[in-house]
Amino acid sequence: MAKNSNGNSRTLTGIRKVPTGVKGLDEITGGGLPQGRPTLVCGSAGSGKTMLAMEFLVRGAVQYGEPGVFMAFEETAEELSQNVASLGFDLPTLTRKKKMYLDYVHIDPSEIQETGDYDLEGIFVRLKLAVDSVGAKRVVLDTLEALFSGLKNQAVLRAEIRRLFRWLKDHGLTAVITAERGEGTLSRYGLEEYVSDCVILLDNRVREQVATRRMRIVKYRGTAHGANEYPFLIDDTGFSVLPLSSLGLQHQASTQRIGTGIAGLDEMLAGKGLYRGSTVLVSGMAGSGKTSIAAHFADATCSAGQKCLYFALEESFSQVSRNMKSIGLDIKKHVDRGLLNCQAWRPSSYSLEMHLVRLHKSVEEFKPDAVIFDPITNLIVSAADPLEVTSVLTRFIDFLKVKQITALFTSLTSASSAAETSDVGISSLIDTWLLVRDLESNGERNRALYVIKSRGMAHSNQVREFRITGHGVELIPAYLGTHGVLTGTSRMIQEAQEAAEQFRRQHEVERKRFTLETKRKKIDAQIAALRAEYDMAEKEAMSVVEEAEAARKQRGVDRFALAKSRSSNGAEHRKAAPVLEQK
Amino acid sequence: MKKARSKKNGNGNGNGQHWILRLYIAGQTPKSVAALSNLNAICESKLKGQYKIEIIDLARKPELARENQIFAIPTLVRQMPEPIRKIIGDLSDKQRVLLGLALEEAV
Repeated sequence: MAKNSNGNSRTLTGIRKVPTGVKGLDEITGGGLPQGRPTLVCGSAGSGKTMLAMEFLVRGAVQYGEPGVFMAFEETAEELSQNVASLGFDLPTLTRKKKMYLDYVHIDPSEIQETGDYDLEGIFVRLKLAVDSVGAKRVVLDTLEALFSGLKNQAVLRAEIRRLFRWLKDHGLTAVITAERGEGTLSRYGLEEYVSDCVILLDNRVREQVATRRMRIVKYRGTAHGANEYPFLIDDTGFSVLPLSSLGLQHQASTQRIGTGIAGLDEMLAGKGLYRGSTVLVSGMAGSGKTSIAAHFADATCSAGQKCLYFALEESFSQVSRNMKSIGLDIKKHVDRGLLNCQAWRPSSYSLEMHLVRLHKSVEEFKPDAVIFDPITNLIVSAADPLEVTSVLTRFIDFLKVKQITALFTSLTSASSAAETSDVGISSLIDTWLLVRDLESNGERNRALYVIKSRGMAHSNQVREFRITGHGVELIPAYLGTHGVLTGTSRMIQEAQEAAEQFRRQHEVERKRFTLETKRKKIDAQIAALRAEYDMAEKEAMSVVEEAEAARKQRGVDRFALAKSRSSNGAEHRKAAPVLEQK
Repeated sequence: MKKARSKKNGNGNGNGQHWILRLYIAGQTPKSVAALSNLNAICESKLKGQYKIEIIDLARKPELARENQIFAIPTLVRQMPEPIRKIIGDLSDKQRVLLGLALEEAV
């Protein structure tokens, strides 16, 4: 049960600890409360003392097999059972199963008359009976100081309380004693002087009308413990303490890349997208499309079969979902598949640290691969001190990094200040910082996106035009004109002009080509004509030659015929005839 | 209401016997002994013949402590007449005992 053995170097005096089972408290205390010793839990009214004590007892009984006794001085057993039923603690059943013993000590000063010397043996008798009947290892006395308001004889009281603590120690009972916080002292009646082993202070501070619960280990004799103030939360699953500052810069850096869901953006980030586990900040003015980028990232994460936790601090999820549908992103289907978990709440409902506890808890429960925070600026509004914001965010980012969870924060920058300064010094925590800027010119506002920084990659230095279309976000390489980047209508005009120019050139080429063709055809025709003329001439010449030849032959025949006829030989005459026919 | 040990004082059967006083102790401690003797003295002087004292030893019957909301020892409880009143201590302060039992008006 005790985590640390006697030989452990961290517990020099050999203090053994019992785990409380309270989320985070065991980490702060390095294992739990001192075994067999009383622990004092002080705090003002409503700071959660009873809840802490009760959870210590119930978790002990349920999780660690250590039955417990709850001795209440302020609330009846029925009231207590009802109060903690909302946390899922079933006291009547635990009592029935003999895992727990509830005893309400009713002290009403108006019906008590003190008439001399007395002691508090009655409480001892009851405690003994309770401890014996369930075999208790843990005891809670809530609030022992009620005795002081009920009884007048302080000397007797103090002596008896001292005896009570001794008795608890002698019986090896791990006890939690709650006490009301006093002015300038830990407890109103100075109970801390009897409890020297472990003192826990609970605090419920209200600032800017927002309450923050905090816990501090004032003292824990003989052991190392977290000395800071830790925010905590009481909700339907009980206590959650946030041991954030125990984290350092020891996280592993992943080389795995994940897409942002926007092809153009991945391209700007060295063509591969973000590193897993990196922290991304998207800054921009109102309406610059930060949520759209976030939704794209959520969509990409879930489409890859990974889990994404979406914290919406500005809009309800149904509103985000509807709006994203208008740009062609259906993120609701991921919710139905259980990959996307969206939590929406107003930042003013909690203080900064309470937000953090809630975030912490949600992350622990859902175990996402990516977390989206839209927008982080709303958290900052709820805190008065920028330093506090930085410290809290550092802790949260460290927490996510250790878990290798990629985080995307959006940040609303105000128009009056430069984007670089308005992000409350969290830029050093950010690995990839995207800025969406409004460019106002020629009577319109256009969006441009650029990468301010992106650690560990050769990112683009270009300014890209950022367009939100019916089928998602598009990044278009911006036109560079004489007055800088051209976007929107200017870009379209430029595009139109270029298209016209292109057309004109095309046309010119066509025309030239046509002219040339015509010319070629003309020349061809001329050539053909000349050739025809030549052919004619040739033919003519040939026919003249032939005629001349024929004439020459004819003359020869004639001469022959003439000679023949001169010789008056008929046979000779017939022989000459085929020659004539050949012609 | 269980009675651990009851002890009748005085000649009980008088018509005025409507006082039931219960003294809770835890073992025979000096305070308990003192309380009992103080109680007897007071009763004898003020309530002679009209009272009954029951002594309950919580060391033997610890469950009665919870049942009757006893936290201090010794505790004297005026069971009858109603309403129930509690007086803690060894009853050495007689004036306070009388005040606590509201004996002035009853007598």
